[in-house]
Formats: sequence, structure tokens, C-alpha cells
Amino acid sequence: MLFYIIRRLAIALPTLTLLIVFSFLLMHMAPGGPFTAERELPPQVLANIEAKYGLDQPIYMQMLEYIYGLVAHFDFGPSFQYKDRAVNEIIATGFPVTLTYGTLSFIVAVLLGGLLGITAAIHRNSWLDYFAVGLSIGAQVLPNFVMGPILVLIFVLWLNLLPGGGWNGGQWQNLVLPVIALSTSYMASITRLTRSSMLEVLHSDFIRTARAKGLPKRVIIFKHALKPALLPLFSYLGPIFVSMITGSVVIDYYFSTGGIGIAFVNSALNRDYAVMMGVTILMGGLTILFNLLVDLAYAWIDPKIRY
Amino acid sequence: MVKSAFIGGALAFSLLSTSALAANLHPETGEKLADEQVFTYRILDEHSSLDPQIVEDVTGSELMRDLFEGLYNQDNDGNLEPGVATHHDLSEDKTVYTFHLRPEARWSDGKPVTAHDFVFAWQRAADPKTASPYAWFVELMSLKNAKKIVAGDMSPSDLGVKALDDHRFEVTLSAPLPYFPLMTTHATTFPSPQWAIEAHGDAWTKPENMVSNGAYVLAEHVPSERSVRVRNANYWNNEETIIEKVVTLVINDENAALTRYLAGELDRTEIPSGQYPSYKKSHPEEAVSFPRLCSYYYWFNHSDSGPEAFNDKRVRQALSFALDRNVITDRIMQGGQFPAYTFTPAVTAGFEVPEVPFGQMSQKERDAKAKDLLAEAGYGAENPLEFTIVYNTSEGHKKIAIAASQMWKQKLGAKVTLENLEWKTFLTRKRAQQFDVSRNGWCGDYNEASTFLDLMHSQSSYNDGKYVNEEVDKLLSEAKTAENPQANYTRIEEIIADEMPIIPIYHYTNVYMLRANLKNWPINNAEQNWYSRNLYKTAE
Repeated sequence: MLFYIIRRLAIALPTLTLLIVFSFLLMHMAPGGPFTAERELPPQVLANIEAKYGLDQPIYMQMLEYIYGLVAHFDFGPSFQYKDRAVNEIIATGFPVTLTYGTLSFIVAVLLGGLLGITAAIHRNSWLDYFAVGLSIGAQVLPNFVMGPILVLIFVLWLNLLPGGGWNGGQWQNLVLPVIALSTSYMASITRLTRSSMLEVLHSDFIRTARAKGLPKRVIIFKHALKPALLPLFSYLGPIFVSMITGSVVIDYYFSTGGIGIAFVNSALNRDYAVMMGVTILMGGLTILFNLLVDLAYAWIDPKIRY
Repeated sequence: MVKSAFIGGALAFSLLSTSALAANLHPETGEKLADEQVFTYRILDEHSSLDPQIVEDVTGSELMRDLFEGLYNQDNDGNLEPGVATHHDLSEDKTVYTFHLRPEARWSDGKPVTAHDFVFAWQRAADPKTASPYAWFVELMSLKNAKKIVAGDMSPSDLGVKALDDHRFEVTLSAPLPYFPLMTTHATTFPSPQWAIEAHGDAWTKPENMVSNGAYVLAEHVPSERSVRVRNANYWNNEETIIEKVVTLVINDENAALTRYLAGELDRTEIPSGQYPSYKKSHPEEAVSFPRLCSYYYWFNHSDSGPEAFNDKRVRQALSFALDRNVITDRIMQGGQFPAYTFTPAVTAGFEVPEVPFGQMSQKERDAKAKDLLAEAGYGAENPLEFTIVYNTSEGHKKIAIAASQMWKQKLGAKVTLENLEWKTFLTRKRAQQFDVSRNGWCGDYNEASTFLDLMHSQSSYNDGKYVNEEVDKLLSEAKTAENPQANYTRIEEIIADEMPIIPIYHYTNVYMLRANLKNWPINNAEQNWYSRNLYKTAE
């Protein structure tokens, strides 16, 4: 097991390096640069700024210096767009925001989705099943950019219960709408995934044996069926957890939460190279980490899997 | 030491505010004031910086005007009024200005604001080490040696600025510049606190480190979410300030911002294009539209990479004539925008809109003339005019481009392709003259016609269409030093209306939802240089 973890981490390093190299090159290939603006800068002014940020160097030197700063000082460099701020700082303020609403949404999605899925599978073809499936389809067809405005219309304008956006240090009032908007479509997928895999497990031989033995239904479902039924769900949960905690552009944009999701898109549009690299590395690193955790969790769930 | 000075200031401030609150009436108008004087407004994007010498965006400059104070301020009509400077003397040859600074001006830490702070700030703006994107503004101000300093050929200490003593600031220009004093309301020229910058480096703009000399100090800043400024107890004119706290919220989506305005969370936000008429009806006291110092226009590419057809004046005229501006302002934008037949907006100070012939015609006459002109130039059904319009991604630009292409197709039989480009790609293509016709907007840097017309100079770096006209160049150069340059500006507009290097489309308006009890918003200030200390809220 330990050897497996070490080996996986060893593979992660070249993966991350490749990610950095490719993102760096792709980013610099995009037309324009961080200082291309409506008001074109006079050449001398531009040269001074480029010299300050090291953009006058050849691209391989820029990349080497970037990697050196990252490895030696864990420094993601200065933002080109927000001139009195470093990328470390932008991540440090934006990431906790998305981490908070992302984790909450994840918990809501998994708990509600899992519960609905299991209920639907156990009571297949009953009104409970139709309700759960209906709800999940409803949630799936309402993407969060439609959900957001509808929620705001109801809770903010009509009922006047909640603020229409902002973060406010993460007050619960500011969390409710983003969490609902972000979790619903994930919840829908989890419901359908859990339902179908639970159904499959419930029809397998070992469950029939357990039933034949006369075990109570509760024991069959929670002791025998649940774990194998969750297996396919697990490989789905790793990536969605990462995508939820690194933020949703739509949520950040619509609810003005100031998270890292919008920073990613804005940095790409602004050609704010350092911020874009910082967020890419953050997302890449987290993806690798959570894939590893999911794989380890497999071994716990399914005794047949051994590393 | 610093702390005790601050507490002293805070005490003095609370005493003052109690006496004002006791009366709770506006000292001049006698209106009953609201108990809570908090002004909350929306901004589209996080500001680029809170450093006056480095900030480059409009919203950042708005914060700067609250946090810092330069030599002069603008009043509600955009005229100069004293700031840190009470007045200035001008030398006989009009190149040396001596500004007299008020001795009572203080930084938020209690230190006096002196001429040395201005010398430091202006040298800092020009210094290549600061690498300010607004270093060009120092060149634009014609400060002596500015160009060479920015280029790194001279030391910043050679800049034409000098502290004669603590309260006399002397500025030497390389050539007379009639509108120089107007430029001292710009953030780049605001003083900056050398001691704070040297103590904290780039982190000096953090709320805990920042020292400023404006009516407000920065109390809180959550990047990309909010910033809060509260009254500066040490501000020399703090007594007259009424708004206690100003909150800036970053809301990227204008519809979300409007919703939050309607929910009562904001005092000011923009109305998205096309929605003004319905809000004017539902909220007549809050929906406002007033002129803005900006112009929307299409460039023709006059360079070799542009279509050959555009070398023919008649083609350019035909396209401009056939564009029905009223459809664009009244049906698409619907925010009270003004159809444009000149490049410079009418709201520009001192600028009289010349009666250009094509502006006087009816649209029917223009359409007929357009058809004749294009036929004369040899384009018609057999040989249709073909070109592409490029614009950056935006619903508004797209609607206008579609409308324009339809008008040109129906009236002139032109085959127009639309090309939508992401912002930076758009700018790159425009700079490299890789376009036929491109969408443009230009807002004045200062309130004088040359801020627009300079774009028509053959050497201007903003002359994206590469238009060259020697007479225009000559008129612009003369205007720089002329006692009254208005005649030159009128002549240039006449040339533009005839030669049509661009198609002027409309002149902008600010279209806001403004809380009815938020008073004294400077709607007559064309540059929209507003100061929170001039605003106040009345009791509803």
C-alpha cells in the first residue's frame, strides 16, 4: 500500500510538470498579452512594464524562472492584472471561498442524491421512485445559470429573505443560494448513478443468497448491498469534488462570491499569465490528489482490490 | 505615535459628527438627512490597483478620488476647484506653474501634505522602475524631461518638478499646454506617501498599511468582492463630508447587479442596454440617463491591408450615410444615446458641434445619396461591395453590427460578414490592421476635444485605421499651443464628415439606477469624476 502511494506520487510529479509546460506554452500562444489594452501603451512604457515582470526574457527562461520560483519558494509570482497583488494572495483569498461553498454543495449533493437514489432503487416503480427520478431529471435540465436567476427571483425579490449575492465573510445567508444552485445538477447525477448501481447490486446472486438466508431487509441493504453499489459512484465523486471546490464560474459570476472559479476565466481573458498558471496548477494538483484518495478508498470498499 | 494621532483624530471626528447629527439637516439645503449615510455601489470588475500612480481603470480611479486628493478637484459641472492647491501662478512663457498648497492639508496619519509629496509622486509615476502603465500620462502632461525619463535616458530626479518650500510646488513644462491644470485632477498626479511606500513596498495599498490624504481612508478590501472606505478624520475639509461610509461591490453580471439594486442592496448600478425605457416607466425617479464623454464609431482600414474599395472616399461616405443612427440609438441601445455625425461628443467642454452637411440631411436623403455614391464608385448588383466587420464579444456590439450589416445589405447591396473576436485577440488584430471595418469606443481622458481628435493624427498610436491627412495633422499640432483651438477642432470635424475616415455612430450616455434619496450626483460632469464627499442621503 505504502509503495503504491509512493509510486502514484512519483508519477504525479512528471504529470504536473507536463501540465505546467503545456499550459505555459499554450497561454503564450494566445494572441495579445497581459498589457494589450484599449489604450495602447507607448513602446517605452510597455518595455518598462515587461522588464519589471520579466516578460522581455525568452520564453524558456520565463518558464524556468517560473518553475524555480514555484519549487524553491512556493511562489506563483505577481499578478499582471492586479498590480499590487501576488498570485499566492489571490489564491489565498479566492480558494477558501470556493472551498467553502464547494464542500457544502458536495455534501448536500452526495447526501441528498445518495438517499434519493437508494430510496428509488429499493422502492422501484413506486411513487417514491418516480418522485426521485422526476426530481433528478428536473434538477438536471435546470442548469445553474438558469437556476441562479430563478432562485434570486424567488428568495430575493419576492420573499426578500436572502441577499442576492456577495460573500460577506461566508455568512450562512450568502451561502444558501450558491449551494442550492451548485449542488442540484450534481445531486441529479448522483441520484441516477446510485439508483442504477443499487438496482444492479440488488439483482445480483449474493443478495439473492442473503435474502434466501432470511436476513432482514435493512441488513441486506446497509450491510451487503450499499458498499458495492457505491463503487461506481466513488470514481465519479473524486473529480466532481475537485471541480466543486475549485469553484464554478457561473456561481462566482452570478452570485459575485469572489471565488477562484471566476479568477480562472478572467485570468485567461486578461492574459494574466501568472494567475492562470496558479489556478491551473492548483486544480491539477487537487485532481491528482483526489484521484489517489478515491483509488485508496476503493481498497477499503472492495476487498477484492488490493494494491 | 501614529496610532495616538489617529485616535485623536477619531475623537475630534466623533464630536463633530454628533453635533451634525443632532441637527441632522443638510447645512446648505436644509433637507432632512438620513440617519445612515452609507453609499453602496456596484463595479463591474475588481480595480487594477489602489496605487494612484499605477491605477489604470475607471473604477480604480473612482476609489482614488475618494482616498487621495490632488492639486485640483472637479466640481459638479466638471470645472476645476481647489484641492490640495488653492491656486497657481503661471510664468510669462506659460511653461512654469507654481501651485500654492493649503497648509492645513493632512495625511490620514496626521503628517502635513507638502510639495515634496507631489514631487515624490510625479517622479515615481515617470520612473521606469515603477513601471506604471500610466507613465504616458506624465508625457502627455508635457512635463520637462518626462519622455527621456520614461525611456530610461535620464534620472527621475530630472523631471520638471520642484518643491520651492513645503507649500509651493513648481512644475516646468517642455512647451505651453493650455489645458495642463485640467490634468491635475487625474489619479496619476495625486500625491503619495513616501514613508509608507518605503516601509511596506507593494503592500502599502493594503488597508492596514495605507496612508492617504483624501476624504476617506480604506477600511477593508476583499479582492474581487468588496472594498469599504470610511471618513478620514484628518482630511482638511472633513467637516463638510456627509457620507460616512462607501461600499464598493464587485458584481460582474449587470443583470444580477440590477436585481440586487431592486432588492435594496445597492444605491447605484448600471441599467443594461435596451432596458432603460421599462425602468424609466416603473422607477421614474431612479432611472437616469445623461451624456457621457465617449464616442462609438467604426474604423475603416485605410492601410494596404484594408480593402481597396476603402481608398475611395465615395465608398466610405456611402457606408456612413446609409447607416441609420436613429435605429441604433432608439431601437437597440434605448438608453438615451445621441446619434453621432461628428467624432467629438457635444458634451465636450468648449466644443461647439459643427453643422456637418450629412448630419443635416434626412435619412431618406442620406440613403439616396449613398446609393448614388456607391454606384459612382462602381459597386452595384454585379459587383457588390464585400467586407468584414470585426467586434469584440458583447451583446451590444453584436446587435449594432447586425443592424449595420443589414442596412448596408438592403440599401447598398453590400455583402457584409460579421466576425466576433475575444477581447485581446480583437485588440491584437486591430493594432496590426488585420480588419476591414472594426468596432471602436473612445472615452475622453480629459474634457477637451483634442482627447478625441488626436486619434486622427497620422502618428497617433490609436490611429488603428492608419488614416493620414496632412491638414488634420497640421491643425492638431497648431491646436496644442493655440490660444483658442476651437476653430481648428471644427475644421477637423468638417474634414472627418467629408473624408469619413471613420463612421461616427453614437455618443454614449450613462444609464443608471440611482437611489432617489442619494443627492448631488454630478450628472453634469461629463467625465463622471464624482467624489463621495459631495454626496448625501436624505431621509425618505
